[in-house]
Amino acid sequence: FDVDVAVTNPEKVGNSLPMFRSKTFSVRRRFSDFLGLYEKLSVKQSLHGCIVPPPPEKSVVGMTKVKVGMDDPSSVEFVERRRAALERYIQRVVSHPSLLQDPDVREFLERDDLPRAVNTQALSGAGFLKMINKASDAVNKMTIKMNESDTWFEDKFQEVENEEQQLRKLHALVDSLVNHRKELCGNTAVFAKSMAMLGNSEDNTALSRALSQLAEVEDKMEQLHQEQAASDFFIFAELLADYIRLLGAVRGCFDQRMRAWQRWQEAQSTLQKKREAEAKLLWANKPEKLQQAKEEITEVTKAWEARVTQYERDFDRIGMTVRKEVLRFEKEKAKDFKSQIIKYLEAMLQSQQRLIKFWEAFLPEAKAIA
Amino acid sequence: LASPPRAVNVDLQTDATLQVDISDALSERDKVKFTVHTKSTLPNFKQNEFSVVRQHEEFIWLHDSFVENEDYAGYIIPPAPPRPDFDASREKLQKLGEGEGSMTKEEFTKMKQELEAEYLAIFKKTVAMHEVFLCRVAAHPVLRKDLNFHVFLEYNQDLSVRGKNKKEKLEDFFKNVVKSADGVLVAGVKDVDDFFEHEKTFLLEYHNRVKDASAKSDKMIRSHKSAADDINRIASSLYTLGTQDSTDLCKYESLLKLLTFLCFKIEARVAADEDLKLADLLKYYLRESQAAKDLLYRRSRALVDYENANKALDKARAKNRDVLQAETSQQLCCHKFEKISESAKQELIDFKTRRVAAFRKNLVELAELELKHAKGNLQLLQSCLGVLKGNT
Repeated sequence: FDVDVAVTNPEKVGNSLPMFRSKTFSVRRRFSDFLGLYEKLSVKQSLHGCIVPPPPEKSVVGMTKVKVGMDDPSSVEFVERRRAALERYIQRVVSHPSLLQDPDVREFLERDDLPRAVNTQALSGAGFLKMINKASDAVNKMTIKMNESDTWFEDKFQEVENEEQQLRKLHALVDSLVNHRKELCGNTAVFAKSMAMLGNSEDNTALSRALSQLAEVEDKMEQLHQEQAASDFFIFAELLADYIRLLGAVRGCFDQRMRAWQRWQEAQSTLQKKREAEAKLLWANKPEKLQQAKEEITEVTKAWEARVTQYERDFDRIGMTVRKEVLRFEKEKAKDFKSQIIKYLEAMLQSQQRLIKFWEAFLPEAKAIA
Repeated sequence: LASPPRAVNVDLQTDATLQVDISDALSERDKVKFTVHTKSTLPNFKQNEFSVVRQHEEFIWLHDSFVENEDYAGYIIPPAPPRPDFDASREKLQKLGEGEGSMTKEEFTKMKQELEAEYLAIFKKTVAMHEVFLCRVAAHPVLRKDLNFHVFLEYNQDLSVRGKNKKEKLEDFFKNVVKSADGVLVAGVKDVDDFFEHEKTFLLEYHNRVKDASAKSDKMIRSHKSAADDINRIASSLYTLGTQDSTDLCKYESLLKLLTFLCFKIEARVAADEDLKLADLLKYYLRESQAAKDLLYRRSRALVDYENANKALDKARAKNRDVLQAETSQQLCCHKFEKISESAKQELIDFKTRRVAAFRKNLVELAELELKHAKGNLQLLQSCLGVLKGNT
């Protein structure tokens, strides 16, 4: 089910980055390559609390149609939808300063012959969210409850969860809008035909001509509705879908921080146990074995002390990264929404301009009726 | 309700000798009360200006009295106004009331405003339809003199016309069945007169196409309304998103709210325009073309009666029995047929003139309205984009 998808987005990297070999270059990648990139990145980067952008969803139905080679508009739409989603995905990856430095990302962008990614089954859209939710469940089942000195994390997490809910609701509504607009499209086309028929049977010449013209205007309106529906879908609905997935990724990095905390706590309790064992040994009072055993225990205890220190440092560092990442995410989100909304409004503006042209052409025909 | 704008689909001569309008209307639980206001210089009326209150059933009574009057067989009877139907709108308002607890105060107020505006639009339309009917009658040189019409306008008591009971409705139903069976028969007979033959062919086809166009325009408008409703729901759901501060365009929630507000302004208005102009026009001419067809049918019936009377006369003469009776009958049928033909010709010519004028008026208004709104939307979008792009 891998199909050659040419994501036509030549990566034009600025002169300041010497790491790429040339300024503009392009490569051919499969859909599974994108999923493979995500898998590599999430394994590495999410441990640091990084928000790794999730890839678009797999769709069995859509892919089957395309494979069969159907040339119908819905499979054309599907391919275009996938292309646009992959483009947004990769653009989000390269706009993240840490991810851009990642060798896997550079390899993905530059290398002509990429080894095939395996094990990408788990990464369908549903699979991705299941993964996140499973991690959340694990965190929830933790017996030791975290005592937050700083409520920022708790509050932010709640905010993120609420927002995800809201966007899901909104996405469902936008889906409904897209469907109604498609319906409107069909009904307008049918209406246009019936007006043409009416014009044909009208025996006043000028009125008959005007009615035929009206039928043409309605036909053009259908075209406009079609484009509006596409705009709704590609710009609005897809934006919401992206952010629902991204918010999932944000939740994921909060969970990573909890895991880090958990590791630290577990290490601390293990250290405690080791120290208790050491103390017990001191009280056992068996001089022959004492010296050797004491050395062993001390080694183990020291190792665990080091681990505890390391894990505490990791936890603090993840906390800082998560904070930074979330703030960056919110800025990017506002920027993203703004630019998409501007695009949407510009599309609307264009269709209003065309509407004006159609009706301005029709008006004299209507006035000429006598 | 103050005097509603005359969304009149027909271009009528307003004559100083008799002016009729609906100056007021009241919507009660299950009926609408129309205040019919008349201004007249005719001697038939006791005063020069007066008003009465009428309900829908009384309009129907008046219309039916015209249809049943043999003297008016040669005229296009102005189609009866449709029954006021607020059921759907009322149901929506009720549902809203029931669901009040499950939405925020803003959502509720907004939706209530939308539904009330819808109710008002339906109300205005039904008033306009009833008014058009009366104006058509008042503009007709013969019908305006009808005694029932004068009683309708002047008699300030209840006309006590109850709606038809079940038996009468059944009779009507069978009458219509017979008519359409007849219609098929009669339509098959080729008319000697070219004018009527052409009109028959034309009207049969025209009526069907108007019916089709009317149905399809309704469907189109319903889809448009659904899309506008969706946008409304999106706007409502955004009320609860993010903080209350909707003016900070750096917050993505405010951007979404702005977007939805714009979409809504643009969608809802267009849906209303189309409804008012095109769909109403088509619906009206569906009824008018039916009334014209009914006239042709009556003429055809009269022709058939005339031909039968001729045959009966020939038979009587051949048998030399009841000749005088047959002659009288034949003369009556001949006279009736010729009278109908004469007035029908003029009526059909007038129908064409009215139709062309009405379509012209409405199509021009539709185009002008679409342009006005598109230009307004353009300005709105341009200023919003200016703010958004400048606000980096």
